[in-house]
Amino acid sequence: MVINLKVDLAGVTLNNPVMTASGTFGSGVEYGEFLDLNQLGAVVTKGVANVPWEGNATPRVAEVYGGMLNAVGLQNPGIDLFVERDIPFLKQFDTKIIVNVCGKTAEDYCEVVERLSDQPIDMIEVNISCPNVKEGGIAFGQDPKSVETITKEVKRYAKQPMIVKLSPNVTDIVQMAKAAEAGGADVLSLINTLTGMKINVHTRKFALANQTGGLSGPAIHPVAVRMVYQAAQAVAIPIIGMGGITTAEDAIEMILAGATAVSVGTANFNNPTATVDILDGIKSYLVEYGISDINELIGAVKG
Amino acid sequence: MAERYREKAFVIRQEEIADGVYSMWLKTDKIVEKAKAGQFISVYSQDGSRLLPRPISICELDRNDGALRIVYRVVGKGTEEFSHVRSGDIIDVMGPLGNGFPKKTKKAFLIGGGVGIPPMLELAKELSCEKQIILGYRDELFLTEEFEKLENTDVYLATEDGSTGTMGTVLDAIEVNELEADIIYACGPTPMLKALKEYAKEKHMECWISLEERMACGIGACLGCVCKSKHKDGHTNVHNKRICKEGPVFLAEEVEL
Repeated sequence: MVINLKVDLAGVTLNNPVMTASGTFGSGVEYGEFLDLNQLGAVVTKGVANVPWEGNATPRVAEVYGGMLNAVGLQNPGIDLFVERDIPFLKQFDTKIIVNVCGKTAEDYCEVVERLSDQPIDMIEVNISCPNVKEGGIAFGQDPKSVETITKEVKRYAKQPMIVKLSPNVTDIVQMAKAAEAGGADVLSLINTLTGMKINVHTRKFALANQTGGLSGPAIHPVAVRMVYQAAQAVAIPIIGMGGITTAEDAIEMILAGATAVSVGTANFNNPTATVDILDGIKSYLVEYGISDINELIGAVKG
Repeated sequence: MAERYREKAFVIRQEEIADGVYSMWLKTDKIVEKAKAGQFISVYSQDGSRLLPRPISICELDRNDGALRIVYRVVGKGTEEFSHVRSGDIIDVMGPLGNGFPKKTKKAFLIGGGVGIPPMLELAKELSCEKQIILGYRDELFLTEEFEKLENTDVYLATEDGSTGTMGTVLDAIEVNELEADIIYACGPTPMLKALKEYAKEKHMECWISLEERMACGIGACLGCVCKSKHKDGHTNVHNKRICKEGPVFLAEEVEL
């Protein structure tokens, strides 16, 4: 059976719908030792800012039941080194390059996006939803007005299709999804991590130096599925679904909820070949159910 | 060519060698071939609720048999799970990870404190220089006899309660025994490493220390386990070296403790 795995995100055709989630995969160098990056639909890089960021103090990660907390704080090398080193590395592979962009101010985002305008990358993902930095990040992502404003502003500088990454730490994801669409987002990605906290009862200290951190992993998957479904009902632009995807079933579930593509994040830490294992599982699922085109499954959950 | 591998390792045997301290020999295909003293492996839980691998230092390598040994203390649910593994079981591991100790020819102190002791055993075997081994324990000893069996090696002990060797720290043992060396290799709790860093500075000694930190990926991608460093790091070009990648072994003067 010939199976079509290609999906379209705002005119960018991915070989398959499996991508990496920003911040869990670097720019692919480290995981490239364990898997063939050519097999990925896209690599979404770790967030990059206009200048290098040192990130938060350690401990930055903690395990919790069925998931983990992180408060890395967007440590990144800044756009100069990124352009010089990371983009040429990724260009060696037959995969789409999606650069995640972070900033403290609207100007920061615009500066990075403008710098990327002449770069051989496929898409930009604007992170307005990081819960671990004091300025920027989530500050832009929790109010529909500011979501629309920042999207509009950054979009003016974007030469590539622009994804806006949404936070689940909001009262109504639908409002945020609509606001990003109204601001000109070409694609939405959701969800970023859920703000959490862990306390070590033996030392009576916070597990993370930052006290709070972003919860990811299988524990958040049902929340992500629900939000992707709600957003998909409300907007016309494509959605990249993420949040605890660990197995092919999780990925299929997300696609049925309305995602055109999926990102795999925390699962990489447990299994360095999680992305390609999930892709293999998706193929098997399609064969098993006699479905020749992955696109038939997008939003196909029965009401 | 790949230098790190995710493998299914066959458990050759496991035993409790002190209260809550376990020794496990694993058979792996590729990891042993590439591994050296001071590197570590990631050990994965079989329980889906525990996602993150546990970084555990390599205690010994048996290249002829393709086997490696880890010695670890049960400190939580993950290591508790590992402690129940038996001969014949299969566990998921990844390695070898990190940089390992540089091997110099200067007269050396090999210093281990608590669960920082195990990596010093493979290092002692790999180093051909004149060496003195100083081991610090809270009370109960483990691996001591195996160090004492090594040729051309003097072993000195310190215990917090004074039950064996010098009462106090590894530095107390060095002082009481009037020991001298030109280079230090150490692994152990942060207060011990801090004291050794000071001591080495005072004595103008080269000092290599192995650090630990909470990790997620174990291969340098997630930036979870950084430490503050004097020189810029290879990833972000700031002063945040990755313990899993640029470390875990650093020149003491290079890192903030």
